[in-house]
Amino acid sequence: MKFRHLNIALLVFLLTTTCWLQTALAETGHELPAATAGTGVDVGHGTGVVQSDEHTGTIGELETEHQVASRTVARPTTDTQIPGYLLLLPFLPLASFFFTFLFGKQLGSRAHWVPILSILVSFICALKAFFAVKAGFILNQDLYTWISSGDLRVTVGFLVDQLTVVMLIVVTSVSALVHIYSVGYMKGEAGYYRFFSYLSLFTFSMLMLVLGNNFMQLFFGWEAVGLSSYLLIGFYYEKQSAADAGKKAFIVNRIGDFGFILGLFLIFVNFGSLQYFDVFSNAREIVGGSFALFGMSFDLPTAIALLLLCGAIGKSAQLPLHVWLPDAMEGPTPVSALIHAATMVTAGIFLVARCNPLFELSTFALNVITILGAVTCLFAATIALVQTDIKRVVAYSTVSQLAYMFMACGVGAYSAGIFHLFTHAFFKALLFLGCGSVILGMHHEQDVKYMGGLKKYMPITYWTFLLASLSISGVPGLAGFFSKDEILMMAFNSEIGAGKFAWFIGTLVAFMTAFYSFRLFFLIFHGEFRGTEHQKEHLKESPAVVTIPLILLAIGAVSAGWLGIPTILGGSNSWAHFMEPVLGHPHVLLSSYAESVLMGGSILAGGLGILLAMYMYLTRPELPAVLSQRFSTIYTLLLNKYYIDELYINGIVKPTLNFSRRVLLKIVDLGIIENIVNGVPRGIGAFSRQIRKLQDGQVSHYLAWMGGSALFIFVWMFTR
Amino acid sequence: MSVPLLSTLIFFPVIGALSLLLVDGKEVRTIRVMALIISLIELLLALPLWFLFDKSTYLMQFTEQHAWIPALNINYSLGIDGISILFILLSALITTLSILVSWESIRTKVKEFFIAVLLLEGAMIGVFCALDFFLFYIFWEAMLIPMFLIIGIWGGPNRIYATVKFFLYTLIGSLLMLIGIITLYAQGGHTFDILKLAEQTFPIKLQMMLFWAFFAAFAVKVPMWPVHTWLPDAHTEAPTAGSVILAGILIKMGAYGFLRFSMPILPDATQAMMIPMIVLSLIGIIYGGVICLAQTDLKRLIAYSSVSHMGFVTLGLYALNPQSVEGGILQMINHGVVTGALFLCIGMVYERTHTRVIADYGGLATTMPVFASFFLLFTLASVGLPGTNGFIGEFLILLGSFITRPWIAVFAATGLILGAWYMLWLYQRLFFNAVNDKVLNLPELNRREIITLVPMVLLIFWIGLYPNALLSFMHESVTHLLNQVYGTPEAISQVSTLIMR
Repeated sequence: MKFRHLNIALLVFLLTTTCWLQTALAETGHELPAATAGTGVDVGHGTGVVQSDEHTGTIGELETEHQVASRTVARPTTDTQIPGYLLLLPFLPLASFFFTFLFGKQLGSRAHWVPILSILVSFICALKAFFAVKAGFILNQDLYTWISSGDLRVTVGFLVDQLTVVMLIVVTSVSALVHIYSVGYMKGEAGYYRFFSYLSLFTFSMLMLVLGNNFMQLFFGWEAVGLSSYLLIGFYYEKQSAADAGKKAFIVNRIGDFGFILGLFLIFVNFGSLQYFDVFSNAREIVGGSFALFGMSFDLPTAIALLLLCGAIGKSAQLPLHVWLPDAMEGPTPVSALIHAATMVTAGIFLVARCNPLFELSTFALNVITILGAVTCLFAATIALVQTDIKRVVAYSTVSQLAYMFMACGVGAYSAGIFHLFTHAFFKALLFLGCGSVILGMHHEQDVKYMGGLKKYMPITYWTFLLASLSISGVPGLAGFFSKDEILMMAFNSEIGAGKFAWFIGTLVAFMTAFYSFRLFFLIFHGEFRGTEHQKEHLKESPAVVTIPLILLAIGAVSAGWLGIPTILGGSNSWAHFMEPVLGHPHVLLSSYAESVLMGGSILAGGLGILLAMYMYLTRPELPAVLSQRFSTIYTLLLNKYYIDELYINGIVKPTLNFSRRVLLKIVDLGIIENIVNGVPRGIGAFSRQIRKLQDGQVSHYLAWMGGSALFIFVWMFTR
Repeated sequence: MSVPLLSTLIFFPVIGALSLLLVDGKEVRTIRVMALIISLIELLLALPLWFLFDKSTYLMQFTEQHAWIPALNINYSLGIDGISILFILLSALITTLSILVSWESIRTKVKEFFIAVLLLEGAMIGVFCALDFFLFYIFWEAMLIPMFLIIGIWGGPNRIYATVKFFLYTLIGSLLMLIGIITLYAQGGHTFDILKLAEQTFPIKLQMMLFWAFFAAFAVKVPMWPVHTWLPDAHTEAPTAGSVILAGILIKMGAYGFLRFSMPILPDATQAMMIPMIVLSLIGIIYGGVICLAQTDLKRLIAYSSVSHMGFVTLGLYALNPQSVEGGILQMINHGVVTGALFLCIGMVYERTHTRVIADYGGLATTMPVFASFFLLFTLASVGLPGTNGFIGEFLILLGSFITRPWIAVFAATGLILGAWYMLWLYQRLFFNAVNDKVLNLPELNRREIITLVPMVLLIFWIGLYPNALLSFMHESVTHLLNQVYGTPEAISQVSTLIMR
């Protein structure tokens, strides 16, 4: 029986995993080799916990004035063992991918067990890593040498520090909840096993991305998450729009990676290494350097920062490479929550934050990031105001919120950016999963025009969605409030030229965010039901496997911000202190009075947004239609997303295809080159056909030729 | 070495081919099995090279030398270094796989077909082993004949045009090379010994003439832009095995020729022609990539993508620094594996549908999911996804060319975007979208076909995750090669000398 074999295989898989986990967890007390060779530092703790001071290299005091603390980067060790649980963390999902991809089909509706168990184990490992780092553990250790050629040496290795563990928590927790949610959401789908195997592949890739201790491994994870995203967006591949969207996501990301990879080359040429430690601890040495290209000279730190930024823009869907993200909504909704809201799209912010010692060197680049963030923030929020596909509204909202994080990085407040990344992961994943629950209830209807009044049918979805909307709108006390407020405050406080501009736009967008979030909320859950009778009959709350993840995420969406309560509200901003060794912390020059005014401003903006949405969609529901007619030009422009897609298709894609068909293929290849190639033998053939005529078999002709030739030779000989 | 391993490798397939002559042509099954066994034994015979090879030296190994035509100082002289060894192993593997894939697709003149494939294998390995220019030329031309027959007899409807074009194109190039070889013989002290020729210094004028003579032969084989137009025709008309060998080994010969002859024997010309060669390569990369977007025929598309990928190879070789040259050599292997695998796949699906028109496909992922997974993996390797072999090669080439001149890498890296564009577009039109009626109820891959593809999958991941297994063979030979080109070891542009400190 085939089934019995599979059950045994499943059992063996689980048993080995558990055993490995147990040994891994027991390994904490492993002995370090006596002294870390070469450094001469006596590591006296047998606990395996490496104190950060002794094992980190200091990045020289940065000259930028708003910088208080000098940042450190973990010094690589060569003889530490990577604890087993850290290895388990990424490689268990990888094993789960292979297992589910190869055998999942036979497992049928039980295909989710291995992926879910492995992600849960990974989550436990991530928690363990978090507490280890909190207790002072830092790790930077190579696994093996990946590529070695000339003086290039690239490794696969792990860097575990404060930034890494925060990302690990975000990735594994949201991923685990999405895994569980998908059991309900994807039930009965044709490619059930395929879906779960791709989720595992994604989790592995994302974990490798954040765990890497060098740029190449980052790039590996970077492209591998892109692959998972491609596969999951195109999950319903028989639908042309889904297949198109997957392809578009991959190619647009490649355009960003074009800059990214050039940035890597520039780093290698100037630092002779692609390891984080070598680059970051010597970052200061490139100041004042220049980089020549096409006869122009660029400031070296600026060139590196902007090239890396290209990659970040592509991955995090910022202008002008944002076009793939809204289309990515073709993927199943759990995927949108996990990949296109909480984790993968934040990789760009992670990149900037991780490379902050490099970005810090170029004020110009920081200004570019800030302005780009502000513009994207506003741009995406305006589009979100009018969209009617619920997933697209949330997608543009994601672009806009990612832009907040970029703004934070641009003004040097990396820890605020990562803080928003952290809180956003929860409330945005919740919004998406809530949308998914609504879509389930509505039998795969996504247009808000046909919804309304779902409150009484889907109470859990309603309340969790409300909490997420309040959180994203920045209602005091909820997660989104603290992180957004921190960003706006830091932007205002910043000495970067674009700081005040970013603050202004950020506050304005806070108002718009609250408005579009509650517009969506009211349109879905309040008012009269606008769908068909058939849909209405079948409206009911989603099953527990769907709603429990919603409730758990709602807890996060409420409380995730409490980790970073600012001092003026009686907190200690423990988030910023935790991140400080890696991300630094800008001086806050503002008085607490100014701080409270700013905070009041952002609360007011959010509150007004909610009130306006209430007025327009609850009190006077006829108003939006009137307004859209009065301002029809703007409305159409926004509805069509500023025609950016059309611009790319008509400005780049079609001309390239035409050039390829009409010029390269028809004229150059088949025309010029082939004519020359075939022309030579044709010419020879024509020539020989002429010559052949001499041998026509007529004796008289031969005689004439003989006689003529003989005469010619005689004449020639005698006249010489 | 007491056992003449290289001679064995060259002549074992030839003897095998001769032994096939004894079998009755109607015994199709026996012939297939015999051919497979011969190629498998050949593969086993080649394996000792991997283990016995000494990576710590650039000197030729497993050498054999016998006087052949003493009057003209022509020797039967063989030997391999860290570059050629990899191609010998690849040739043995690719031949085995092409025999497997021809199992059912070749139905006429089966005996003659397998004889041609085995003779081709012997000649190919001979090319990679020869250290005497005269011997090299014999093997070089000997390869042409079986390939000419494979395309011309077992090819598609337009096979005669394609095979004559292929033959003439390469022959004209080779004849120019022959003139070059004779000139070298006359000017270089009456020797055909490649190693001795490399030690001499020729006047720059002579070097330039010889450079172009060799260029004619090698550039056509690669094929470099603008002498690439034989490749799409040859690929389209060739039977699957022909395409696989063509993509896997034959077009590597050109790049190998640059490495083995042009660069060490004509170092000054190589340096002088560096930028023109790079520009030609860049044109090849971008031109090949863009023109792929206009293709409607499956095999033509992959053929043009080969032009683009081989542009990366020649770019790597002529960017002339350790990373780029090692990347270029690795990319030759990678391209052999990946494009070889893609042609294997195309052959398999062609056997089922008998159409190469892309528009006839669609939704194959539903009808042939296992096949779709294999093809996806090869597609990803072709677009250079990290973790696959394609990435390592392209990364090293781009990095090396960036070190040489940053603008080169800027242009070449557009190849990455184009590659993703045309390959994913192809993948979508074949495997995604609504199921096309013409591919309804196609049978899934059978066991033989899966066995044919699995070695390629393993190679893709192995090289992608642990490229040092192959790169470690090359280090000494590539360093030596660059020393020959630059004259002094110091001149190699290592990054350590560039860092601005």
